[in-house]
Amino acid sequence: MSAPTLPSENPAASAVSPSGYAIEFDNVSIAFDEKVVLSGISFHLAHGETKAVFGVAGSGKSTMLKLAMGLLRPDSGRIYVLDEEVTAMSERELFELRRRVGIVFQESALFDSMKVYENVAFRLIEEGVSTEEIERRVREVLRFVELENTYDMFPSELSGGMRRRVAIARAIVTEPQVLLYDSPTGGLDPVTSNTIVELIVKQRDVYKTSALMVTHRLQDAFTMATHQFDKTTNKMVPLPKGQLSEVPMSFLILRDSKVIFDGDAHQLAGSRDEYIREYIS
Amino acid sequence: MAFELQLISPVEVAKDFALAVQDYTLLAAQSLGNFFRRPLYMGDMLQQADLIGVGSLPIVILTGLSVGALLALNSASTLQRFGSITLIGQLVSLGMVTELGPLITGLMVAGRNASGMASELGSMIVTEQIDAMRALGTDPTKKLVTPRVGATAFMLFFLTIIADLLGLIGGWGVAHLLFGLDTQQYWTSVWQILVFRDVFTGLIKPVLFGFIIATVGCYYGISTRGGTQGVGRSTTQAVVASSVLILLVDFFVTKLIFAVFGYR
Repeated sequence: MSAPTLPSENPAASAVSPSGYAIEFDNVSIAFDEKVVLSGISFHLAHGETKAVFGVAGSGKSTMLKLAMGLLRPDSGRIYVLDEEVTAMSERELFELRRRVGIVFQESALFDSMKVYENVAFRLIEEGVSTEEIERRVREVLRFVELENTYDMFPSELSGGMRRRVAIARAIVTEPQVLLYDSPTGGLDPVTSNTIVELIVKQRDVYKTSALMVTHRLQDAFTMATHQFDKTTNKMVPLPKGQLSEVPMSFLILRDSKVIFDGDAHQLAGSRDEYIREYIS
Repeated sequence: MAFELQLISPVEVAKDFALAVQDYTLLAAQSLGNFFRRPLYMGDMLQQADLIGVGSLPIVILTGLSVGALLALNSASTLQRFGSITLIGQLVSLGMVTELGPLITGLMVAGRNASGMASELGSMIVTEQIDAMRALGTDPTKKLVTPRVGATAFMLFFLTIIADLLGLIGGWGVAHLLFGLDTQQYWTSVWQILVFRDVFTGLIKPVLFGFIIATVGCYYGISTRGGTQGVGRSTTQAVVASSVLILLVDFFVTKLIFAVFGYR
């Protein structure tokens, strides 16, 4: 499948902090009422890397993304995003940090009273970007997700897959350094899922954006681990044999509120843990 | 099917109440503080002013007219018995300007807009739109709450003036058409009875009521939990709480103004 035309490649988008990780969780725990959702989890996401997060429903995957975004506060532990300690920042300080991080929510979370254009342009309007520049960037990013024709439509007029792609457009319009995807392909047909996976791979390989992707679909993560984006053909292509480890892709599995696996595709395939073997089979 | 009866501890109820009061106070203070922090979202404020002000105009016109006419009608028989029908203008004037105008307008707008705000913001909460807004680097209290607070307080002030005027017209209609009171006599008594304190009371209340309506509506909207059922619950609670608060504040403001300016 061929991907849409690329927007201009801005090196600033892939600019990274001189040290540390894009995201780091250090012994993070959170409970809602009596239910412990995450218990002492630690992991890190390197700059330019995409990490797929797996776990059964209710295992705290989405909570992890909200914690990284500072939308929830952990009961204990520290979280660093782009070298800034999210857990020590006030809500007002977080607003500044969040401008450098994009998130795609599970149900898209588009503003239903705004048109697609206004949804995608939301952050640019807030930043006081000129109307002409907003128009140009919104059209560019909508072209990127192949939805330029939805410019004047309301989210209620779009299908689930289209809404998800508009959400991706909204998340990447400001060229963030980190992207958080919450089940971006959940509930979508295989063709639309593949389009979205291709967009994520393109974001990873072309813009070198670090990403944390929560998903239930193991096949999507394996596609991402075994493919790369070819800029010349503007398509996602399989990796040549023996180059599997060159893709900045890793896997993290949650079970019983703890991390039970954090490694690359080779390590995952070679894991002897019974639960993991059953999970990937 | 067996139902399990769950008893709630009074201590928990008290804690929840205290927490709700704390959250509401914080939100109300934030909504005011945001007026002094950029950006101000004037476009959103104007849009809300149109929705709240212009949208509420028909019910305010109808209730203002009806309340003025009813006030005149109900008091006329008693006044007539004492041969004081000429005082009807004073009674309607004082009643409408100091009390009924602001109160009825406040309650009408609370029914219409506190519920609207609670359901709109509640829906945004359950569909993660508020989280999305925060994630996009925008403060929802600044973007959603402050424009509603500003617009409601501002528009309720003018809606109350309209309700007062229409109440006086309604009173005149009854006094003139049903009881044959001279038009000039009615309007002279309406005008003469009013002193600064009455007008001040009648104009300070709508600003406070507007603040209550918007902050309560937004508070219940933002604190919505539990999906669409939660949105329904928040909507009802917003109307009940804002109406009760309006009545309570009305009493204390009236008492305070009497204490400051003295009784008539």
